[in-house]
Amino acid sequence: MCRLAALTSEEYISPMENILALETMKEGHDGSGMGLILKNLGGEFEELKDYPILSGICSKDGLHAMDDYLNKAGFKLQYTWTPKIRPRKGIVRRDYYFARVYDYPDEYRDKSFEEKEDLLLRTRIALRKMGEADESIIVFSFYPDILTLKEVGDPLELGEFFGLDNSTLKAKIIFAQGRQNTNYAINLYACHPFFIQGYGSMTNGENTAFVPIREFLTGKGFHGYMGYNSDSEVFTHILHYTCRMLGLPLIYYKDVITPLKASEIEEREDREVVWHLKTALRPLCIDGPNCVIGFTPDGTCFMVQDSKKLRPGVVGGVKGKYALMSEECGLDSAIPERDRSLDIFPMKYDMVIVSPEAKEVRVWNQRQGWTTTIS
Amino acid sequence: MEPAARLDNNHQLALKDFPYIIRWRDDRCKRCGRCTAVCPMLSIEPAVVLQRVVQSESPLPEPKAVRKVVTIVRQVTDINRYCTGCATCNLVCPNDAIEPEYNPQHKFLFHKNRGGHPFRRGGRRNDPAPSTLERLKFTRISMLTDPALDAGRHEFRIRTYLGRILPPEELPIRIVNGKAEIDKTSGKFIPPVREIYPVMIGSMSIGALSPTMWEGLAMGITYLNEVEGMPVVMCSGEGGMPQRLLRSRFLKYFIPQIASGYFGWDEIVRAIPHMVEDPCAIEIKYGQGAKPGDGGLLMAHKVLKLISEIRGVPMGVDLPSPPTHQTKYSIEESVAKMIQSMSMAWGFRVPVYPKISGSRTAKAVLNNLVRNPYAAALSIDGEDGGTGAAYNVSMDKMGHPIASNVRECYLDLVAQGKQNELPLIAAGGAGKQGNLAANAAALFMLGASAVSIGKYIMQAAAGCFGDEYNRCNVCNLGRCPRGITTQDPRLYRRLDPDKVAERVVEVFKSLDVELKKIFAPMGRSTELPIGMSDGLSADDHAVAERLQISYAC
Ligand code: SF4
Ligand code: SF4
Repeated sequence: MCRLAALTSEEYISPMENILALETMKEGHDGSGMGLILKNLGGEFEELKDYPILSGICSKDGLHAMDDYLNKAGFKLQYTWTPKIRPRKGIVRRDYYFARVYDYPDEYRDKSFEEKEDLLLRTRIALRKMGEADESIIVFSFYPDILTLKEVGDPLELGEFFGLDNSTLKAKIIFAQGRQNTNYAINLYACHPFFIQGYGSMTNGENTAFVPIREFLTGKGFHGYMGYNSDSEVFTHILHYTCRMLGLPLIYYKDVITPLKASEIEEREDREVVWHLKTALRPLCIDGPNCVIGFTPDGTCFMVQDSKKLRPGVVGGVKGKYALMSEECGLDSAIPERDRSLDIFPMKYDMVIVSPEAKEVRVWNQRQGWTTTIS
Repeated sequence: MEPAARLDNNHQLALKDFPYIIRWRDDRCKRCGRCTAVCPMLSIEPAVVLQRVVQSESPLPEPKAVRKVVTIVRQVTDINRYCTGCATCNLVCPNDAIEPEYNPQHKFLFHKNRGGHPFRRGGRRNDPAPSTLERLKFTRISMLTDPALDAGRHEFRIRTYLGRILPPEELPIRIVNGKAEIDKTSGKFIPPVREIYPVMIGSMSIGALSPTMWEGLAMGITYLNEVEGMPVVMCSGEGGMPQRLLRSRFLKYFIPQIASGYFGWDEIVRAIPHMVEDPCAIEIKYGQGAKPGDGGLLMAHKVLKLISEIRGVPMGVDLPSPPTHQTKYSIEESVAKMIQSMSMAWGFRVPVYPKISGSRTAKAVLNNLVRNPYAAALSIDGEDGGTGAAYNVSMDKMGHPIASNVRECYLDLVAQGKQNELPLIAAGGAGKQGNLAANAAALFMLGASAVSIGKYIMQAAAGCFGDEYNRCNVCNLGRCPRGITTQDPRLYRRLDPDKVAERVVEVFKSLDVELKKIFAPMGRSTELPIGMSDGLSADDHAVAERLQISYAC
């Protein structure tokens, strides 16, 4: 089972904090890979918040092809960040790791953000398809203020490999996943966290309802609902679908993935809508042993469990900095100074929500409603 | 030498031509006459014969040949009185002196057309080979993430929806203070949807079924709902329902069926103002898997007082239902108009769906329904479905197996992104070999939202004798030896409705446990694993390819 470590803070923090937390949960992952998403970036990116960042890996040939494509599309390179690679034994170095900041093509300058987002998504998918067969181009995200790094190897070693321990790379929200490789071949597109149009998530466990969910999402005809090298990618897309496509408040994500039974719905004030959502979104019920940690475009972070609470997961911290972790030891590593008695272990009806800038933690219970636990 | 005339039996059939040969044991038989009295076909009769017996009566063996007149039980060789192998004779014999034996070399079909009448019967398709459903296994066991679910400990919700489900984008939702609500001012029609148990009892009419059988099923269903909390529903079949039930609060567990004869509908429509509950749904029958393209016929001898009252017809007349709804030109028109008018009759509060026979054209009907916002579901009845009466040729040779039919319809919906909007109900052969839970679960994973059963419940709840070797299968004659499909009080009194109800409850409760035993290791517990095709494998390459599932050997 993979281990998850997410941090949200009002100050900029280093991804090494997440990596060290993952290190404490080491018996839970086999060092077969790590994924990192940084949101609300600091350092050199702080000034570039309006420009989309393309994160990925490519070969030398891939780089030419990518440049050609982006030039033709009218994107203008503003800034390039590359990790200072320190080769490590056991980590196969690829040609070129990058996070490149672009300016939009001229004709997009005055277009709405939705139109820009659509362009970014289409461009990312086009690049992905161009380089998929020979792995010459791998792109994880193309979006403002989001940076993604993924590679095969042990998280701590990868941290050193990418030179993150003495890098200026910092962010306010950082999601990290230490991968437990299952029987699938290691494919970087299968590595969490996943991201689409402002929404990100990572999961552990097995998604037993993967096929019906995938068929439902792809049936929506939205070009971003593709990939699915991992059965967990759908959790991100369900989040995007619920909040963005259907425009529902975040709390309904929980009702979508772990619907209540009819008699429980009766207790809800919004029973009518909850019932209709349950029927209309029946194929999106996740049903597996899963803990999902995610974020939304405004910087809200959350943790939810499957409907039986079959996975570990804990949220805790101090005002201004909270951690959402697979295990308590990860939390101890990241925020040792917190009041441990306030730690929250979300149960089957709960959704722990940390507000933007790590101001407060509230728990939304599908049956009991809101409680504020740390603020 | 005997004169040739006395040996000329040329125009008679030999016992060897018959599908079942009666094994009668002289040494065990006490000549009580029960078997000959009970035989529904009059296939056996008492006879007196002269026998040559070698016997010895003295203390020392002194064998002597004597000629004796003895009574025996003899099988007749009249094709119209063929032994159906039902084994009722065996059931009533106190000494186990008689039983039918299947004769695989029989020539029955060569002869059963006397008077130019093709063989007609009830029952099922006479093909004992394992169906496609039997070739499927559940191979995706959730071993990756321990702990898997525990069928005994965890909560399982084995439920499904019956009714047209609006896609989420079309729900009139508005957000008020961070909460979603249905916008009542939108005027948007939200079709009715019922939450039911995913295995239902399919359409078998009072008429086809005896009053005791129907009552037993109805009581079982009601008990399951009221006491066990399992929302199992049942379709009435064509021919109406008892007035008392129509006016009772239990109506919500029943699905009245309308078919081309419209029998019973005067009575149903007249009862509408008196109904205290809406029915669960309305089924419009266009076809039946066992006899696609063939109408129904309730023979005159089954139309007794009760039936004539429920159906609103005189007693003792043949009641044919034509193969088509004759007031309409085409299935499109028919489906659209009938769905509309049935919906209207209950103020659009009741889901209305058609049932068709499994067919390569099912997809065309499906696509029609997809475009009809009032169509609540599509029920597809595969070739292994049963019937009360049909031509043998229709039963054995017409129709489409349900597995691939439901799968291709589901995949067609998937391609349109509408797989959750129009539920597919699969029928025809679930539990054919007794594996109801496994067959039903496989149908869900192929894409069915619900499964409908008929023969299975007749066999399990009332001990129906019928099988795929044409055992019994005389449901059309009104002589059902179990009292299941007869209107003859002497026969149906054999069947105790309370016992039938008890068995219905037992069957569904054990089905529920078995479904959990399938779903738990596969890691599914909250919603029915509809379309979870990665859970299934076939033991045959071609089957796997056709169903788009994996092949495991
Ligand atoms: S098996 Fe049935 S049909 Fe045959 S002789 Fe016995 S009772 Fe009659
Ligand atoms: S027992 Fe009755 S219902 Fe069953 S096959 Fe025989 S006649 Fe038909």
